[in-house]
Amino acid sequence: MFGWEFPPFNSGGLGVACLGLTRALSERGVEVIFVMPKTLDLSVPWTRFVFADKARGDACLGKVRMRVVNSALTPYLTSASYDAYRRRGISLSGNSVYGPDLISEVKRYASMAASIACREDFDVIYAHDWLSFEAGMEAKRATGKPLIVHVHATEFDRCGGPCGVNGEAYAIEKAGMEAADRVIAVSELTKSILVREYGIPAGKISVVHNGIDDTTAPQGDGALLRLHALKQAGWGVVLFLGRITLQKGPDYFIRAAKRVLERNPKVVFILSGSGDMERQMMDLAAQLGIGQSVLFTGFLQGNDRYEAYAAADLFIMPSVSEPFGITPLEAMRLGTPVLISKQSGVSEVVKHVLKADFWDIDEMANQILSVVGYPGLRAALAENGIKESSGITWGLAAQKVDTIVHELA
Amino acid sequence: MKSICFYFQVHQPYRVKRYRVFDIGNDPEYFNDRSESSLNNRKIAEKVAAKSYIPTTTLLLDLLKRHPSLRVSFSFSGIALEQLERYAPEALDLFKRVVDTGQVEVLGETYYHSLSFFYSPLEFEMQVDKHRDLIRKHFGARPRVFRNTELSYRNDLGTWADSRGYLGILAEGWDPILGWRSPNYVYQPKDAANTRLLLKNYRFSDDIAFRFSSREWSEWPLTTEKFARWIGEAEGDTINLFMDYETFGEHQWEDTGIFQFLDRLPEELSKNPGLDFKTPSQVIQTYEPRDQVDIPHTLTWADTDRDLTAWTGNPMQRAALDAVYALEDNVLLANDGRLLEDWRKMQTSDHFYYMCTKWFADGDVHAYFSPYESPYDAYIAYMNALSDLRLRVEKAR
Repeated sequence: MFGWEFPPFNSGGLGVACLGLTRALSERGVEVIFVMPKTLDLSVPWTRFVFADKARGDACLGKVRMRVVNSALTPYLTSASYDAYRRRGISLSGNSVYGPDLISEVKRYASMAASIACREDFDVIYAHDWLSFEAGMEAKRATGKPLIVHVHATEFDRCGGPCGVNGEAYAIEKAGMEAADRVIAVSELTKSILVREYGIPAGKISVVHNGIDDTTAPQGDGALLRLHALKQAGWGVVLFLGRITLQKGPDYFIRAAKRVLERNPKVVFILSGSGDMERQMMDLAAQLGIGQSVLFTGFLQGNDRYEAYAAADLFIMPSVSEPFGITPLEAMRLGTPVLISKQSGVSEVVKHVLKADFWDIDEMANQILSVVGYPGLRAALAENGIKESSGITWGLAAQKVDTIVHELA
Repeated sequence: MKSICFYFQVHQPYRVKRYRVFDIGNDPEYFNDRSESSLNNRKIAEKVAAKSYIPTTTLLLDLLKRHPSLRVSFSFSGIALEQLERYAPEALDLFKRVVDTGQVEVLGETYYHSLSFFYSPLEFEMQVDKHRDLIRKHFGARPRVFRNTELSYRNDLGTWADSRGYLGILAEGWDPILGWRSPNYVYQPKDAANTRLLLKNYRFSDDIAFRFSSREWSEWPLTTEKFARWIGEAEGDTINLFMDYETFGEHQWEDTGIFQFLDRLPEELSKNPGLDFKTPSQVIQTYEPRDQVDIPHTLTWADTDRDLTAWTGNPMQRAALDAVYALEDNVLLANDGRLLEDWRKMQTSDHFYYMCTKWFADGDVHAYFSPYESPYDAYIAYMNALSDLRLRVEKAR
């Protein structure tokens, strides 16, 4: 299995998905060898890690020259924004591990894949997202074994539309899916993009929705608990948690906040996360005159993240284009009411949430004000959300993946 | 002799439009949706009249003429009659003609199809009185048998009906309550001297109302011969077939053959000399009660739980019900006809049913009829509209 990130070295949902899926697959008796581009201090009981930078060039290929440079690479950046970050010297997370040029990293990873594939004993090649698709394709070329590519996001999601699509990334995605024996999409929404924008035959694509494992209850000693004091004083707390990028719709969150605050000033809006629109969002909040009601926490991990969910009266994911979206499930599991955009894969599997079109700021504001104003709504969403999210597990996803693997193996 | 007792429920709520927080204080119209959605009350009334009320009642008029011994009963909610008068007068006219045959009994209920019995005894009485007046106006009849919203029943409702002189009251014939007893007899409510209890035979009723078009059902297709044979073989004095009138043409569409079934049913049943047709009052006056039935907890005809949880089971529903009845004193003090009417329209049980989350995630379309995208949307629209009503009430005082 070729991946790109794995907790704790992850900046978002891809790593979480890889962890959840490999664990659930191993519980079903599927052995997973997880290949990462670069050596990291990773260890979990259910998977053996192989690191591409430690692999020797050999048998199948010739010698390969490697170059490893620490940088700000995350799987969510487009090539263009990656360059912009490097120019400004901004680090996106504390766990950046990849090279200076996204495409060359992808190529380097791919060049090692074949030799790793030749050494290991396995039945099926599995690649997560375009960053590892070339690795998967190389492994298939070298061994002739079947390839499954798992699409967690496409270039169209990352760019918030077709206008910003990076040609090289698009080409790799398309080639990977064409070379693959089966394509797994995280939602019907994503599947429709693969058919429409990449010309992949629908019959080749299976939808496997993500799941969620037990969410650890927050420990309750962090700074965010101060929010509880606000709540005690009758304030509503509304949370955005995700990368602050175009795809995630933070601007719609701020504009909805403005509408809410006109009606009810006793609501606090929290933006958790980092991203290329963070500064722009601070400016927007200030410009709308609601700067004092919008708090930026930066990137949250682990317990802080769960505390943020638990402290909120409502978690909002206003994504413009969201292939799946695991965060709403995490919030639901902790009993926090959730509002998601209809333009998200997760909305295909949850019903006990509020839904709105990402652009419908009035409707979002209406729902936010209702959640803050009507305790009965909060209680019902919490009660039913815990129940519903408990049924959406990685075990269910692994069962479907397992079936596909066995069809090919 | 064994009797067949039909009761059809005719009801349409005033659905609350998508009422947003921003409308509070600005828009006193809650029920005037003009969109293409199923929140448009005029559109729904026209559609149900065209698909169900008009064709079914036309057929029924013919059946009553062809079979002079045929008897049926109806219960009309006041707000259904109001809407028919405005949006589908032809349907109302047909109902009047049906009642004029003298072969039809009209039952009593609450004007607003509300759960007021469980929340405000005073309000309940006022709605029953208002309904009685409307039935007199349209049909020249006075209800002698009562049925409460969603067939909800409890011992104290039997006591109430007894004190008001009703001959009888309808309820669900639910096995856990009945034990070894059959629903096919007349019973006596606990703590009621003269009023009698008629119990729905839910198996036979649901064969028509729910299973008729279900191809997964081993007895599909249901023929009149088969159904008449079952009824003939059943033990008891009365087979009570209670169902929504929209069963014909709306829940079971025309192409299921439901109208042909209805067309042939009286004839097929009449072939059996041991069967006749009776209205609820006639059943009560003909047969002696077999036993007393004790129903201390509310029983309804809803889903598999047969209780009120479809209306009061989750925190939204309880909050909404509490909120609407909390307005009672101030609404009455305001002494404003329009406010009173809007408040009462907000009591209709359907509003709370739309907020039910019991089977929302199951994707079971049979279990969940709602014009809203989700129970949460239903609750938000309702609570926002109610907040506006509260403002109006406060202003009027």
